[in-house]
Amino acid sequence: MPHPTESLGEHAQHLLDRYPAPFLLGLYERMVVIREFEEGVKFLFLEGSMPGTIHQCQGQEATAVGVCSALEEGDFITSTFRGHGHALAKGLSVESLLFELFGASTGCCKGKGGSMHVGDMDKGMVPGIAIVGGGIPLAAGMALAYKMRKEPRVVACFFGDGAVAEGAFHEGVNLAAIWDLPVVFVCENNLYGASTRVDLVMRNERIAERAATYGIRGQTVDGNDVLAVHQATLTAVDECRHGKGPVLLELLTYRRTGHSRRDPCHYQPQDERDTWLQRDPIDRFGGLLIELGVAAAGALDQIRADVQTRFQDAVVEARHQPLPTLADLTTDVLA
Amino acid sequence: MRRLSIAEALREGIAEEMRRDPAVFCLGEDIAVPGGWGGAFTVTLGLETEFPDRMLNTPIAELGFFGAAVGAAVAGMRPIADVQYGDFLFLAMDQIVNNAAKLRYMSGGTIAVPLVMRAPIGATGRGSQHAQSMERYFTGVPGLKVVAVSNAYDAKGVLKSAVRDDNPVLMFEHKLLYGSKGARIEPGAVDATSDVPDGDYTVPLDRAAVRREGAHVTVLAWLLMAHFAAQAAEQLAAEGIDVEVIDVRSLSPIDYETIGASVRKTGRVVIVEEGPRVGGVSAEIAAGLMEHCGESLLAPVVRVASPDVPVPFTPILENAYRPDVPRIVEGVRRVLRP
Repeated sequence: MPHPTESLGEHAQHLLDRYPAPFLLGLYERMVVIREFEEGVKFLFLEGSMPGTIHQCQGQEATAVGVCSALEEGDFITSTFRGHGHALAKGLSVESLLFELFGASTGCCKGKGGSMHVGDMDKGMVPGIAIVGGGIPLAAGMALAYKMRKEPRVVACFFGDGAVAEGAFHEGVNLAAIWDLPVVFVCENNLYGASTRVDLVMRNERIAERAATYGIRGQTVDGNDVLAVHQATLTAVDECRHGKGPVLLELLTYRRTGHSRRDPCHYQPQDERDTWLQRDPIDRFGGLLIELGVAAAGALDQIRADVQTRFQDAVVEARHQPLPTLADLTTDVLA
Repeated sequence: MRRLSIAEALREGIAEEMRRDPAVFCLGEDIAVPGGWGGAFTVTLGLETEFPDRMLNTPIAELGFFGAAVGAAVAGMRPIADVQYGDFLFLAMDQIVNNAAKLRYMSGGTIAVPLVMRAPIGATGRGSQHAQSMERYFTGVPGLKVVAVSNAYDAKGVLKSAVRDDNPVLMFEHKLLYGSKGARIEPGAVDATSDVPDGDYTVPLDRAAVRREGAHVTVLAWLLMAHFAAQAAEQLAAEGIDVEVIDVRSLSPIDYETIGASVRKTGRVVIVEEGPRVGGVSAEIAAGLMEHCGESLLAPVVRVASPDVPVPFTPILENAYRPDVPRIVEGVRRVLRP
């Protein structure tokens, strides 16, 4: 399945007129935070100091940051088992996320959620729904609540290409469509559901085209172009907030890691991997910032170095966080 | 005080809760079509007139609208989701079990899911796929409350408690007990009407009800079986056998305080369940009794349940499938045998 290859930022100058430099640098930094978090977590996992399993999003930073940067403070996101990037983009701290991954009681879900269920309602993120497609009807329901209460909130619902084969996708999107609910359905099409390439399990050329069958608008976007994602989401959010109903965004990106821990990812062809490595969302956006004079290469290097230092400090802290007590085993079941 | 059917009592309870709290709303299939049914068993009949914006008619999409109900609850509403037949809960299983029941725990206690799910169950001449007793599949799910109502007073009071509860509550109703009238009436329906007070009242979600006091044996039952158990007790009373009948009512959590007090008094227990024996709620109750008051048992617990087969259609087999008064009487005799 072909992905667009046009160079980043055809309308970059136009966008730079709209967005101030600190905002752009903020997008860059947040993508770097996600990248460094994921690389650091991968190391911690391989060295054996982190429990559980991990599903990582290196290479998909622009989808998380592009979408979340287009949301207002009161807006919510729903997420998946691959949610670290979404969480960091929505404003959860590296610490609260890392502590959760270590199973500490100071983690964002008190250690009861873990990598696949990170979230924080105070930050506008429902803990990750790790059943493929399971968050889609739920997001519609949240949006239904906002609509019934006449609150101008929007839900951005993240899911992968695999989820569109689930009945939950059909049912959730259809409900949002018939009730004109303010949901931006964000499909991160990273080409793989576990080890299965998307074209093995889908006849359609484009996931966004499915929107038409529900009578809503769909759009395919270069998911490795953070500004393109931001722009498309802004438009979709605006439509939602004005009662025009849901939008389906298909963000074309690539899963650079294995599906989960210890997956060496041998099923991805080398030339495909190479092609996508050249479309690295951080390198591309960094190059644009330099090209447009927003930042010098050295300044971007400094951002990365600072992020790395903060991450390593967080790791030191994480190793000393209190674990839940055994009495916590049976709490939080019922209100 | 009026005499109401379960369907009428539920309708009244839903309307009162919607008047009381704007966060309460209903969603389900065929629940709000003017000139329609008011749900498969008339419970919501006419409510769309008073609440046009809060009676949401859904497509035939159980996974979708139960998921939407969970999402709305997460976002601070108090939805009442109505599934036409309990059997269709299987289609919504992921949302009920993986989301509704677990979001609170997974989030470290920061999310509440104040959701009511109503499901009609029971064998009623419809064959295998519109007839199951579904409670067994949900009583073992941590994070859910499960209740079963057998009369109009309880139906309204339990519904109100469920709406006000901050947890997901699954409420089972029996198709032969609704007492619905007109085109939706059920052949073989049992009178489950009761006097219902005019004012507001609630019935707790975690208490069993002693329907009849007795000294010789405790019969535990719920839904339709609670009525059959009461009839069996009447019959046995004529022979001098004094049966205590308890409507278990709260299936998760189970009220071992009320049940245990009875067992300590009688020492003998019969549990009656409409669903198949293997893996039934009666199995859980029997084991729970061993743990809570096993030393008080004077005889092994007897279970009267359906055989381990799908629900058959033909009336002769359906009647043989479902426990009835003679089988309950026989169960009591068995537990009393020296």
